[in-house]
Amino acid sequence: MVIVQPDHYPQLITLLASLIIFTAFMMLAQGKLITLINLFGLQGLLLAGTTAMVAQISGNHHLFISAGLTLVLKAIMIPWLLRYLVVRMGLHRVVDPVQKPIQILLFGVSLVVFSYYVTLPVVHLSTLATSNMLAVSLAGILLGMLLMISRRQAVTHVVGFMTIENGLFFSAVVSTHGMPMVVELGVAFDVLVASVIFGVFFFHIRDSIDSLDVDQLNRLREENE
Amino acid sequence: MTWLLNLLQTLLFISLAPLLVGWIKWLKCHLQNRNSPPLIQPYRDLSKLFRKETVVAEQASWIFGMAPYIVFSVAVLATSIVPLIAVHLPTAVMADVIVLVGFFALARFFQALAGMDIGTAFGGMGSSREMTIASLAEPAFLMAVFTLAVSASTTNLSAAIEYNLLHPQDIRPSYAFAALALALVAVAETGRIPVDNPATHLELTMIHEAMILEYSGRHLALIEWAAHIRLMIYGVLLANVFVPWGIAQEISLPALLEGTGMIIAKLALLGIFLAFVETLLAKMRLFLVQEFLGFAYLLGVLGMLIHIIMEVGN
Amino acid sequence: MIPVYMILLISLVGMGVLGVLGNQPRASKINVWFNAATLIVSLILALVVLEQGPVLSDDKLFYIDAFNVYLIALTALVGLTTSIFSGPYMENERRHGRLTGKRLQLYYAMYQGFMLAMFLVLTTNNMGFMWVAMEGATLATVLLVSLYRTPESVEAAWKYFILCGVGIALALFGTILLFIAAEQVQGLGSDGLTWTILFERASELDPAVLKIAFVFLLVGYGTKIGLVPMHSWLPDAHSEGPTPMSAILSGLLLNDALYAVVRSKMIIDKSLGTDEAGVLMMGFGLLSFLVAVLLLHRQRDIKRLFSYSSIEHMGMMTFAFGIGGPLATFAALLHMTVHSLTKSAIFVTVGHATQIAKTQRMQKIRGIVKTQPAVGWALVIGTLAIAGFPPFGVFVSEFLVLVATMKSYPWLTLPLLFGIGVAFAGLFRNLHPMVYGAAPQGQLAVEANMIPVYLHLVLVLWLGLAIPGALSGWFVQATQLISGGVPF
Repeated sequence: MVIVQPDHYPQLITLLASLIIFTAFMMLAQGKLITLINLFGLQGLLLAGTTAMVAQISGNHHLFISAGLTLVLKAIMIPWLLRYLVVRMGLHRVVDPVQKPIQILLFGVSLVVFSYYVTLPVVHLSTLATSNMLAVSLAGILLGMLLMISRRQAVTHVVGFMTIENGLFFSAVVSTHGMPMVVELGVAFDVLVASVIFGVFFFHIRDSIDSLDVDQLNRLREENE
Repeated sequence: MTWLLNLLQTLLFISLAPLLVGWIKWLKCHLQNRNSPPLIQPYRDLSKLFRKETVVAEQASWIFGMAPYIVFSVAVLATSIVPLIAVHLPTAVMADVIVLVGFFALARFFQALAGMDIGTAFGGMGSSREMTIASLAEPAFLMAVFTLAVSASTTNLSAAIEYNLLHPQDIRPSYAFAALALALVAVAETGRIPVDNPATHLELTMIHEAMILEYSGRHLALIEWAAHIRLMIYGVLLANVFVPWGIAQEISLPALLEGTGMIIAKLALLGIFLAFVETLLAKMRLFLVQEFLGFAYLLGVLGMLIHIIMEVGN
Repeated sequence: MIPVYMILLISLVGMGVLGVLGNQPRASKINVWFNAATLIVSLILALVVLEQGPVLSDDKLFYIDAFNVYLIALTALVGLTTSIFSGPYMENERRHGRLTGKRLQLYYAMYQGFMLAMFLVLTTNNMGFMWVAMEGATLATVLLVSLYRTPESVEAAWKYFILCGVGIALALFGTILLFIAAEQVQGLGSDGLTWTILFERASELDPAVLKIAFVFLLVGYGTKIGLVPMHSWLPDAHSEGPTPMSAILSGLLLNDALYAVVRSKMIIDKSLGTDEAGVLMMGFGLLSFLVAVLLLHRQRDIKRLFSYSSIEHMGMMTFAFGIGGPLATFAALLHMTVHSLTKSAIFVTVGHATQIAKTQRMQKIRGIVKTQPAVGWALVIGTLAIAGFPPFGVFVSEFLVLVATMKSYPWLTLPLLFGIGVAFAGLFRNLHPMVYGAAPQGQLAVEANMIPVYLHLVLVLWLGLAIPGALSGWFVQATQLISGGVPF
């Protein structure tokens, strides 16, 4: 392992956090599904790294388990599952076009500013060194939602949903040095089951409307009553 | 004494600029498995152009004749304020980034006017494209620089470099974003691939070259030289501001020699990087340039936000 | 404590057993037996809590007090009656070819899974675990909404999944913020998500953080309650899923989400001292109430009609909890009970009506009372009950809400009255032709067990006329817990 000065840990965490936000923005701009899923895997990897580092500086050793869980689940298993589904459905050549990319990206920036503003009172309260990352985690959550709103393919929606979960996990890690183990395990289990159900869903959607463009799921509008 | 040093630095800057361009061309040729011209070819081209006859169209106004001189002198002025090998030089007081942006804008203004001066279609097209790109690139450039300025609490280049030298071991993600944004802007403003192909002969794809199609002789030499200098200025900005190790902080011969050696090495590395990028990427279509520069702007803003959110203490 | 573990264990085992045996004809009876077992155990638990007071488990993970014990009993009851109804109903569906054996396996297993999640939400003391259980409830039901595999049901299930998933992610953020506030207090550490401890030391928690946390919790769990503007999954999920599922969604899930919000509100109120949280709830509640009653009139599908009625009532309950005083809280608790009973009965009846008429469009449903009087009359009485007619229980609770509003915010009674009137009109305008119109040729009665429905309606009537002492005592205890005062 690299011998890094102890006071470098906050800076390394800052670096990893900024890279997490960067991957979120890259996902917003990315049209190809496989690249999107790979970016999501990268984000999971960065998240696991940050958790491990926070575990090191806080001495909360159960966070190492969380870090390992995140690595296995979010950096390996779920991206693998999504990639498998995409190839199985023949979507790996489909591009989910980003409508008005510049506007979306700039709106994403304003979401970052907004989350900074919202979490200011909380950041002032907390005495932890990493507490100013809470804005980054809320920004990650909101950017995941923006990803879901701005796209049409079901796979992108799922990636956006998982990004939201990433942001939530990140917020728990940096602001409170991890939630109680019981809760973390429960959340991880929920995420896993959710991803499996999503997988099942893709097949149902495709069987019913012969594509995964969820804009075409519009029979249940109020006017069509 | 320091004034003399300042003058020497400027002269060194101006004379090294064509060498940098020659180095990049040499690398590109070898990467593409071609025979390359010698490294000093740009000097030969410039001296050839100086000796040739300057042909000016009949309808040209005084702008056409004055523009090359204005552009070149602005480039020289810009070199005198950007720290090349040392930080505490007399002109360092003037070395404000906004001044630099202003210099570039002045040069660009006159060049664009000169392009439209003769009344040819290509000249007008080149000028309008150049101004479009500039209008998108300038905010991105300023954003990247503001990130730097907010950290160092000053827009003075020299002071900013000194501030960075004080904390060399700091890992600053905001700088990484700002550097990336600046690199993207540099590619756009100096007219390199993927924004503009400097070696193209197809007029409809030209941006920068289209503005100077009518120039010949010493006019063309001055403009070309100014373009080389501009490329070097951006390179020095990237190298010395974000990776400032080795720059001379005191006026002594060993420090100066070290500074010179370091900057040459950094520029050589940047040249290698640029050559790779130019070889691997293709020129993108004009309407995609706005996305490219929008992305650069986004990176600048992100750098700033990351600085404010994460690097400022509670 | 043993009854609590027993309830959870029974549901867990039921899920496993039915997962294997679900495609056999006797699966419905097994389902009923499991539910009956949970009902009996929950009633025992209720008696225990009534006598001994609140029960806290040793690891502080489970906590039963007056507020959640009656909800547990209610959940078990509605679960049981719905399962009794669902047996013949699902068999009918299987005979008509709309469901296969494998899907029935999934249905029965997820039914118990859903009950398990509901019980977990109600019994747990840990706010984080409450979230996990709530998300678990979403996951258990999402595949049930698309059980019929029509394009509309797949769309409804997708909408449900995405909307509720995102909403509940916000609730998790609120929970994390709560944890942050708790960690700042000395000596809390990993107990920071335990509700009992948070409630005890609420005054030490930072109000600014709690305010932000409550907003996220309200919006997040409010999505599951069906508050406007996060409600759009509700009509779709209720109309496209199998009827028993609509019954338990309307009757149980909405209640439990409201329970989660009220538990959070109790902490926030103690910490803030002002009623900002209450005002927020009132705002959302009133908005949901008014939007739902107006949209009620545009519905052409009978299940969507009644699901908007659910949104309307949940809005009113949120509004009442938001007012906060003892009278309003008592009214809201009573309303939770009677709405749950009435709505599940209505959905059961509606399920049979749609089976008789073979369609869900109200234009095509006619003459139910002539074809099968039991169903027709149940529909009339049920709609009367839910619209707030005396002497049913809903009338009593709505009346109490109006009185409480008149005491604290007199000018808000106008929109409430207006809304109740509009909802009444909307429901009856559609009901009348369905029940009393001329029956089309060849409409046959279906095999239906209407006893659970009538049981529910009788209970609601009873609660309207004279609340039994034990139940009233429960409500008063819960009211005291939530609002700090006694209603009468």
